[in-house]
Amino acid sequence: MRVWSLLKFYTVLVYAFTFAPIAVVLLLAFNSSQFGGFPIEGFSLRWFRELAENEAIIRALRTSVILGLLTALIATTLGILASLALVRYRFPGKNWITTFLISPVLVPETVLAVGLLIFLRWLHMPRSFALLLIGHSIIALPFVVLVVQARLIGIRRDYEEAAMSLGANPMQTFFQITLPLLMPAVFAGALFAFTISFDNITATIFWRPSGMETVPTQIFGMLRNSVSPEINALGFVMICITVGVPLLAGALARYFARKKI
Amino acid sequence: MPAIPADRRPWILLTPALLFITALVVIPMAFILVYSFYENIDLAVDVPAFQFGNWQDLLSDSYYHTAIWKTLRLSVIVTVLAAVLGYIPAYVIAMTKYRHKWLLLLLLILPFWVSFIIRTLSWIHIFGNQGALNGLLNLLGLGDLEVQLMYTEFTVIVGFIHVFLPYMILNVYVSLEGIDPNLEPAARTLGATPWQAFREVTLPLSLPGLAAGSLLVFVLTGGSYVTPLILGGPSDFLFGNLVYDAVVTELNWPMGATLSFALLLLLGSVVILYSRFMGMDQLAKAFGR
Repeated sequence: MRVWSLLKFYTVLVYAFTFAPIAVVLLLAFNSSQFGGFPIEGFSLRWFRELAENEAIIRALRTSVILGLLTALIATTLGILASLALVRYRFPGKNWITTFLISPVLVPETVLAVGLLIFLRWLHMPRSFALLLIGHSIIALPFVVLVVQARLIGIRRDYEEAAMSLGANPMQTFFQITLPLLMPAVFAGALFAFTISFDNITATIFWRPSGMETVPTQIFGMLRNSVSPEINALGFVMICITVGVPLLAGALARYFARKKI
Repeated sequence: MPAIPADRRPWILLTPALLFITALVVIPMAFILVYSFYENIDLAVDVPAFQFGNWQDLLSDSYYHTAIWKTLRLSVIVTVLAAVLGYIPAYVIAMTKYRHKWLLLLLLILPFWVSFIIRTLSWIHIFGNQGALNGLLNLLGLGDLEVQLMYTEFTVIVGFIHVFLPYMILNVYVSLEGIDPNLEPAARTLGATPWQAFREVTLPLSLPGLAAGSLLVFVLTGGSYVTPLILGGPSDFLFGNLVYDAVVTELNWPMGATLSFALLLLLGSVVILYSRFMGMDQLAKAFGR
């Protein structure tokens, strides 16, 4: 069918549009030229070495990772509890509650950032790491609820009921039956929250205390002049973290799931 | 442990999240409104007041009108282009009988994991002075044709589409995937041409996904300010850039609050309009994957 081939070709072009620029960054990270762009003069790991020696970048990387992990902890805890309520129980006003939990997604991040900032200003609290943390958590929470909810629907309640009927108390049931079954959902939610925090720049620029940089704001600051080769190398590292970790986690989850059977 | 009555359990589970959102989203929104009536005196100095000076500035200064117009125009352009670019791939992924369909889906989700700022700055490598495009033209001996596309509205639009297109494809895909695969063949046996079958069966049934994707792309574009800062020239600013300038550069908090609230009203009315017609269910579907 000729039309179908055309549509497939079109799709390939859109995929190329999506990935070509990313591939260019990955490629240029290994360019030995002292400029960040083309032409490619040779293969070199020089920019990764310089990256490892750049204290500002290492500090930003550390801030981003810690912030991401703590955001994942808060957003996933709140998100799992809320999702359990939404999936496991029937109660009046459920649709409203769901919409309310998802609503932060629909508030422009710029507005969310200014609002929280003004609220803290009124409370006479300066910008701090804590502001970044609760801010990132609120941005991640709706996504965690959506992702976790979808995974929870797949878990049957029979196992819990069986444990209860065999004499386990609610606490035992939760920690020995429910939580292990929940783990994939917990993990998916946490990964998503980490990525959202690690990637955020729009709100972070407003919330960060002066002198504190996350990786995206650090890159943003470095961009003022031009794209330096270090940025390409840093981009390579970031992509390895945010793409590599979920892919690896997914592959491992599959591997262990297969082993069990 | 005394048993908690079943009808209270969901509320106990929900309380932390509900309190969190109320304290960090709902209350701050109210504060933006209150602050928009405050009076700015000097850099970062403002006094509580109830006056409409900031709102008057917003409504009378043509600079702000230009920004609103630019924002709406750019958001519409990006949304329409994303719909045009995104529909066909979503259709192909949904309908393909390719054995490794999971791979296509994975590649569709993958861009969400690649840092926004890296994806945005990557276009400097394509359109910049040392970019791939001009390099290619030189290589072909067409050096005279060298084009200066960087730091224009064009690059801003390309950057936005690149970042937000996956939202569109994913939403359209989810709605196409939910259509009964027997419907199109049924229309064909009843005598419809392939194009008719698509136009009268598949397309209408996929509209909820297209609408959800469009809403997301529109709202995300309309609320941005970082992309124009990286890829645009001095005249490429959105309403979000005015908020950024007022709060970060000028430290004029009351004006920043006024502009933020105006942005919320502008984009919020689009969301409310959407939810009146489509409801909020479709939006949740795409993320549940």
